[in-house]
Amino acid sequence: MNTELIGVIATFLITVALAIPFGKYIARVFKGEKTLLDFLAPLETRILKLCGIDPGRQMNWKQHLLALLAINMLWFVYAFIMLLTQGSLFLNPDGNPSMSPDLSFNTAISFMVNCNLQHYSGETGLTYLTQLAVITFLQFVSAATGIAALIVVFNAMREKATEGLGNFFDIFLKSLTRILLPVSFILAIILVFNGTPAGFEGKDTITTLQGDTVQVSRGPAAGMIAIKHLGTNGGGWFGANSAHPLENPNYLTNMVEMIAQVLIPIALIFAMGFYLNRKKMAYVIFGVMTLGMLTLLIPTLIAESNGNPAIAHMGISQATGSMEGKEVRFGPKASAYWSIVTTVISTGSVNSMHDSSMPVSGTMQLLGMMTNAFYGGCGVGILNYYIFIIIAVFISGLMVGRTPEFLGRKIEAREMKIATLIALLHPFLILVGTAISSFVYTKDPSVGWLNNPGYHGFSEMLYEYTSSAANNGSGFEGLGDNNWFWNITTGFVLILGRFLPIIGPVAIAGILANKKYVPESAGTLRTDTGTFGIMTYAVIMIIAALAFFPALVLGPLAEYFNLYHV
Amino acid sequence: MNAMSNKSLFQKELVSEALKQSFIKLNPQRMIKNPVMFTVEIGTFVMLIVTVYILINHDASQGSFAYNLCILFILLLTLLFANFAEAIAEARGKAQAESLRKTREETPAKLIQPVGELYLNEIKTVSSSELRKGDVFLCVAGDTIPTDGEIIEGLATIDESAITGESAPVIREAGGDKSSVTGGTKVLSDKIKVKVTTEPGESFLDKMIALVEGASRQKTPNEIALTILLAGFTLVFIIVCVTLKPFADYANTPITIAALISLFVCLIPTTIGGLLSAIGIAGMDRALRANVITKSGKAVETAGDIDVLLLDKTGTITIGNRKATGFFPVQDLGEAQFIKACVLSSLADETPEGKSIIELAGNAASNLSVENPLYIKFTAETRCSGIDYDGGKTRIRKGAFDAIRNITEKAGHEFPLPIKLKVKEIAENGGTPLVVSQNEKVIGVIELQDIIKPGIKERFDRLRKMGVKTVMVTGDNPLTAKFIAEKAGVDDFIAEAKPEDKMNYIKKEQQLGKLVAMMGDGTNDAPALAQADVGVAMNSGTQAAKEAGNMVDLDNDPTKLIEIVEIGKQLLITRGTLTTFSIANDVAKYFAIVPALFIASIPALQGLNIMRLKSPESAILSAVIFNAIIIPILIPLALRGVEYKPIGASALLRRNLLIYGLGGVIVPFIGIKLIDMLVGLFF
Repeated sequence: MNTELIGVIATFLITVALAIPFGKYIARVFKGEKTLLDFLAPLETRILKLCGIDPGRQMNWKQHLLALLAINMLWFVYAFIMLLTQGSLFLNPDGNPSMSPDLSFNTAISFMVNCNLQHYSGETGLTYLTQLAVITFLQFVSAATGIAALIVVFNAMREKATEGLGNFFDIFLKSLTRILLPVSFILAIILVFNGTPAGFEGKDTITTLQGDTVQVSRGPAAGMIAIKHLGTNGGGWFGANSAHPLENPNYLTNMVEMIAQVLIPIALIFAMGFYLNRKKMAYVIFGVMTLGMLTLLIPTLIAESNGNPAIAHMGISQATGSMEGKEVRFGPKASAYWSIVTTVISTGSVNSMHDSSMPVSGTMQLLGMMTNAFYGGCGVGILNYYIFIIIAVFISGLMVGRTPEFLGRKIEAREMKIATLIALLHPFLILVGTAISSFVYTKDPSVGWLNNPGYHGFSEMLYEYTSSAANNGSGFEGLGDNNWFWNITTGFVLILGRFLPIIGPVAIAGILANKKYVPESAGTLRTDTGTFGIMTYAVIMIIAALAFFPALVLGPLAEYFNLYHV
Repeated sequence: MNAMSNKSLFQKELVSEALKQSFIKLNPQRMIKNPVMFTVEIGTFVMLIVTVYILINHDASQGSFAYNLCILFILLLTLLFANFAEAIAEARGKAQAESLRKTREETPAKLIQPVGELYLNEIKTVSSSELRKGDVFLCVAGDTIPTDGEIIEGLATIDESAITGESAPVIREAGGDKSSVTGGTKVLSDKIKVKVTTEPGESFLDKMIALVEGASRQKTPNEIALTILLAGFTLVFIIVCVTLKPFADYANTPITIAALISLFVCLIPTTIGGLLSAIGIAGMDRALRANVITKSGKAVETAGDIDVLLLDKTGTITIGNRKATGFFPVQDLGEAQFIKACVLSSLADETPEGKSIIELAGNAASNLSVENPLYIKFTAETRCSGIDYDGGKTRIRKGAFDAIRNITEKAGHEFPLPIKLKVKEIAENGGTPLVVSQNEKVIGVIELQDIIKPGIKERFDRLRKMGVKTVMVTGDNPLTAKFIAEKAGVDDFIAEAKPEDKMNYIKKEQQLGKLVAMMGDGTNDAPALAQADVGVAMNSGTQAAKEAGNMVDLDNDPTKLIEIVEIGKQLLITRGTLTTFSIANDVAKYFAIVPALFIASIPALQGLNIMRLKSPESAILSAVIFNAIIIPILIPLALRGVEYKPIGASALLRRNLLIYGLGGVIVPFIGIKLIDMLVGLFF
């Protein structure tokens, strides 16, 4: 087996090996059991006291959502103002300008919703102050928001759950102090030792071998790059993201960053097993998500390794695989693996340019975001998956002749209404967004967004909305997206694509928790079996993925068939 | 009635009625209740406009006139098929109801007028439809009972075969739990006065008839939830199809309206959408065929979810009453002598137990008689019965252990130890000991045993596999109850049950979140019947019991609940499997239509045409035709229901997922390809 493939497999296995004990740790943290970091408790108590919060006050699902939305609203206002005025604030050694209102709007939302769609380039678009106090800050709190929302749902899934589902602020704070901050700290140190900058000096000037002088941007980047991955944020310090040599210096950091971004999404699955004492269900969910990830990964690996026939046709050897848009230090397989994990989970950081991926890979990357439930983002991945579970439970419950129930609670019209709406939302945002932009572009191609005409241009627009709706943040970067049309439309897609899929599952779980608990009997459909797992997989594939089939045909699939079948 | 259930699914007269209804149901005001099919109707209407436009303007950009006309025709067919499914289910229900109604056509009734034209309590013959609630009528041998009511005076044997199919006549009498009579049944002997309990048109049968006829049929909660999900799918595909237009414009690929509407109609779940209401109606119809009248469709659905089932021991688990199975005399008494005493004491005993003693004695009992017997009847105070003869010199008593012990001890006799032990042994084995004394001296004990119905254990096993816990309710002591419970294979029992014990047990289980079903017939069962999630009253039961329950079993068969549970499960399974099938079909339809949409301008997409369909037109037509004809193909399945197998939920899911899920993916690939081979000859 070739070394590159072994690297990919090793990366995945190490991730899982770390995620299981980490999941156990997360479960202990939120169960209130003893952990290694209990020395932080006095600090947490002091913070909560300072904010006037009683961590013992139980909240129902509506209060949780209110708290969540309220603090997010505050962050948005704060971030928007900071970005709008950053040019005249301190910590700006490179003298970068303030953002335009539409770009500030888009950027503030984008980081608040854990998406990190960057319609700017970090070197010139931000100052050290906003990189730290806005971007890095939001990367921490948005990830913690996702985790907290998920823990609320876990609380509602417990057997004896009732109205009170814990205190939101307490859960939120613990997500930060016990999970995100300590691990980011370790990651940042690894990065610093491998050459990622962490100082406050401005641009450095170096002379290249050719004798040119080059300005190299620097800054306190290591910490931000750590949370960018750990929190499945994805927004890079530098414009080229993790393809940039200072952001991702070598194969080791590449592995670390890949592990870091999938760690929490996978660990949270196991955490659910430990937290609810339903380990088998956690394994089944992990199995389905892994199967889904592999469904997307394997074609991508094959396509990238086989190289581009059009380039081969020009007489250039494709023995090393398709190298367009890729870093030599990572190679096609590690890049292919990265491109899939970063899209199935909602990171959106890149170590190769997706715009240059083979059409099959592009399709798979898009599908990763369209399904958005194979591991998925920090906390929100399982929330998305939860919706599919509800739909799968409903259909398969009927198939075994019982009113559908999930974890002992009956699923009725109200829950189905919410689940259906949320399942509907994703295709709605993506397809309607792409339809509007296609319509505008067809009417007047002089808007000049598209550097690539034809199918690839369509893929770029489709990708941008898909990435926004999935809160992913990666891009088919050929698209000229820093203008009011894209900033505003994706801004709204981002908000809807973030908060409705949080509100939906929390509401369903909260409503279910208030229902009578029905103990399992022989006639109850078990949701921790392989059969049910396959059912969920089929629901995701047929409902979530197939809705995009016509769009994919006109984008990457048309490219594919023109490349290979003409 | 029983003959009905064997008739074929599609009878001629039903089909012609259903065909007529299929067109009537095209009325948009009716269609809008079914959102999936309503969107198909809109699509059909658009196609009608397009077709007419082409006919007038000869505009070739939308495809040939013949092609558009074909699409229009098939869409209309899709609608008619869906309507037909509902209509045939309704027609079958109606036919079923009609056969019930026949039993209660206008019959003359002898109304008793308290103040008549000439006399008090004058009898006037009126039509049954003129009877009002509270009226009292008279029935004598040979009369057909005109309407539902309660006997207030008299006793009669009644032939209920018209509604139950059971030919053996039953006895109904005033007072107690057997006072209710049903319209349409026939009085065979004696004379009864009956008080009318329902207004005309409001009896159970009338209500049921209205339900199956669809007039007052409401969607059940589960049906509503499924409708929401299906509406959601429909919305997704509206989005998919509407946005496809600007996508195609961008790609410079004109899409015809016919193609876009075809894609839409194929993708939305028309199969389940078209069959959904037929499935619901058929479920109630199946219950009716099992001779169970349900008050609502919801009750049938709930039956499928039952966790706990309460059954009376007597008549359900055991055959009627206890039977004598052995004579055990005291040591110094011969068996023949003891049997003689037993028979003598039972000569006038009309209870089934008493009769069974004579039966068991056999020859020894024949021609046994004494002069001047004085029969002592059983009373609640003495709790024993017997006989005095020889002018009171010989006194034989039989009764419960403690009753006889009282008598003997009062007379200063000791209760013999061997009999005491025998009594205990009998009780431990589930029997009931009946102690016999002669002249206040114990002479032996008779063993009475419950006879468990043949085949009942298998039925309980089946229920256990379904996940239903069975609970036996009995007045027996805990020892006896336990023995019978184990022998019959029930999971739990309530011994020495008082009426309120049932109620408490139901409440306790319900507090744990379980759904409880019970059967009952007596007035004292009424509160528990009302409390239970599924309460099945026997048709022979009192009016109060029937009012309290949500189903009435015309056959008075307590094990009927098992069938009801299965009917409920079948109803849900049929919905679930057809939904799965419908959605799984989309995979093939996508692969048929999507390449066809774009192939003209992107020839490379031929690679996506994995079914190798002949032309874009034939591909689209084949998909739409498949989509339409799958509805009538599945109508028999929808009406009969998908079989329920008690193999455990996961195994059942696996099975149905393989058949309807995987099958649903594969079948349309084959079907569409076959249709394309035919359609390809023309397009």
